Amino acid sequence: MIENRPFANFLSHLTLVIGVIAIGFPLYLTFIASTHTAEAIVQNVPMPLLPGDNFLESYRLAIFGGQTRTGGTLPAAGSMLLVSLITALVISIGKIAISLLSAFAVVYFRFPLRGLVFWMIFITLMLPVEVRILPTYKVVSDLGLLNTYAGLTIPLIASATATFLFRQFFLTVPDELVEAARIDGAGPMRFFKDVLLPLSATSIAALFVIQFIYGWNQYLWPLLMTTSEDMYPVVMGIRRMLQTSDAATEWNAVMATAMLAMIPPALVVILMQRWFVKGLVDSEK
Amino acid sequence: MAAISLRAIHKTYGSGPRAVKVIHGVDAEIADGEFVVIVGPSGCGKSTLLRMVAGLEEITGGEIAIGGRVVNRLEPSERDIAMVFQNYALYPHMSVFDNMAYGLKIAKVPAEQIKARVDKAARILELTALLERKPRQLSGGQRQRVAMGRAIVRQPAVFLFDEPLSNLDAKLRAQTRLEIQKLHRELGITSLFVTHDQVEAMTLAQRMMVMNAGRMEQFGTPEEVYQRPQTVFVAGFIGSPPMNLLRGQADGRRFVSGGQTLALPQPAPRAGELILGLRPEHAEWGVDSAEAWRLQVDVVETLGAERLVYCRLGEALFTVRIDGTLPAPMPGEQVPLGVRADRLHWFDAGSGQRVA
Repeated sequence: MIENRPFANFLSHLTLVIGVIAIGFPLYLTFIASTHTAEAIVQNVPMPLLPGDNFLESYRLAIFGGQTRTGGTLPAAGSMLLVSLITALVISIGKIAISLLSAFAVVYFRFPLRGLVFWMIFITLMLPVEVRILPTYKVVSDLGLLNTYAGLTIPLIASATATFLFRQFFLTVPDELVEAARIDGAGPMRFFKDVLLPLSATSIAALFVIQFIYGWNQYLWPLLMTTSEDMYPVVMGIRRMLQTSDAATEWNAVMATAMLAMIPPALVVILMQRWFVKGLVDSEK
Repeated sequence: MAAISLRAIHKTYGSGPRAVKVIHGVDAEIADGEFVVIVGPSGCGKSTLLRMVAGLEEITGGEIAIGGRVVNRLEPSERDIAMVFQNYALYPHMSVFDNMAYGLKIAKVPAEQIKARVDKAARILELTALLERKPRQLSGGQRQRVAMGRAIVRQPAVFLFDEPLSNLDAKLRAQTRLEIQKLHRELGITSLFVTHDQVEAMTLAQRMMVMNAGRMEQFGTPEEVYQRPQTVFVAGFIGSPPMNLLRGQADGRRFVSGGQTLALPQPAPRAGELILGLRPEHAEWGVDSAEAWRLQVDVVETLGAERLVYCRLGEALFTVRIDGTLPAPMPGEQVPLGVRADRLHWFDAGSGQRVA
């Protein structure tokens, strides 16, 4: 298609540029703030727009925590990042494993009430964590899972979305492939491992990206669930760093932590982008 | 290698009042090493029958034995069969080699033996250069050969083919037909081949099973099926263009059909309502006599070696195949048609069974 409408071109570019600034500028501001000292941020109004010289110190303070110049203490973001990483990984891998298996069961096995089971899974789409948060909390606390990784992850693992996605994908796999595998002597789990899993690779990658970010960004559930500092994920940690009653907020460390918290999901997206797009767009059959 | 016995095979889908019966009792003995083609229009149950032999469909009634062993309750992998699917059903993520080797790997055949068997099959099918490719990098014909290779490496007692040629273009289909024939001659493995294409059936079959609406109409050599069709259905299904079939009242040497009285060279096998069949290629064009039938030419199709002349015989349509060297008749022309007694087929008008 050849188009030559300079004004429309200009307008669309302008829209895009505004969009990029709207998203990019706060990120830039976060980064700039993390390179100054806390005093420089608070005392200069408006705050400086060029990088300062406190980069290493801010990030050291953010990662390892410790005494600040104004006398407060900061928790170490390093361990919170680790908690977040473990939680996000367990949630995304657990979700994918469970939904693959349940979709496999729903599509390929005839068992009593199969339709009902599928619809029950499907209906839970309407019940996100936030809706069932109190009963879930009760269950988890009665099981003694508060302040554990199990408590942080297990209630978030069951996933109707992923089950549904895999079910739809499995339905597009031709029946002849199943039959060919049966003639080749492959049992159900063998077929699952040798044929279905490799065929779902791109969908798995796409889901991993989505679920990793979902797990990483969990806020409300860990807030209820964790009372001990060493089980705080980083998203919660940032919020806690702002609540300092006895000292000035260490904005530079907060911003550095925010930057650090953004890196893992960004990396996952960037590294898996090709697979992600492939998984959403084409289905290789 | 093995013989196959089908004994009173029934197939019903569903149960209770909504049950649909698709196969109504098929009996057949297939000899060891024989190439049998199951042919019929779509929906006649031919694929279902094959899938029951493969073990992909449950058998509602009757018994299937392969090599003397009843296989009704065996898994497909335990029946010593290999199947080639219509859309080939290759594993898309595996290389050609892995596709062929997968069944052997599961059967825990030693690696060097797998390699030897796959290499041999690849050589027979001229796939050696393609072993590392993925199915999507292959043409339709090559995929088809991989599917056959996958069947060959299993060294089964029985080959099952489910319309394996229908996704190929005409030229490739003819070529692959010859290859399958050659392969069967070399390996001598009992084969069941399902198709709706009568050319495939006639050319490949040692014996063919003509099916219609879940029943076996005839089981015989291609010659038998062509020369002596047992039912009206077979007569109309095998042969292209199909046999002319006239329904009418027979009375001695007269046959009254569609308001026309036709003279017969010999008395009809019995009096009463019958169906008379005469193949387009068996009518003697332009042979005049007192007994000749009078046709009025409607349309002429010239195919080079031959011409197909579509005519009217009273109210009925009648097709005649004539040699391409004969002058083309003009539409509307009246032409006499000679009829030989040994070329006529007679069927019962009610049951459709052959009378003589």
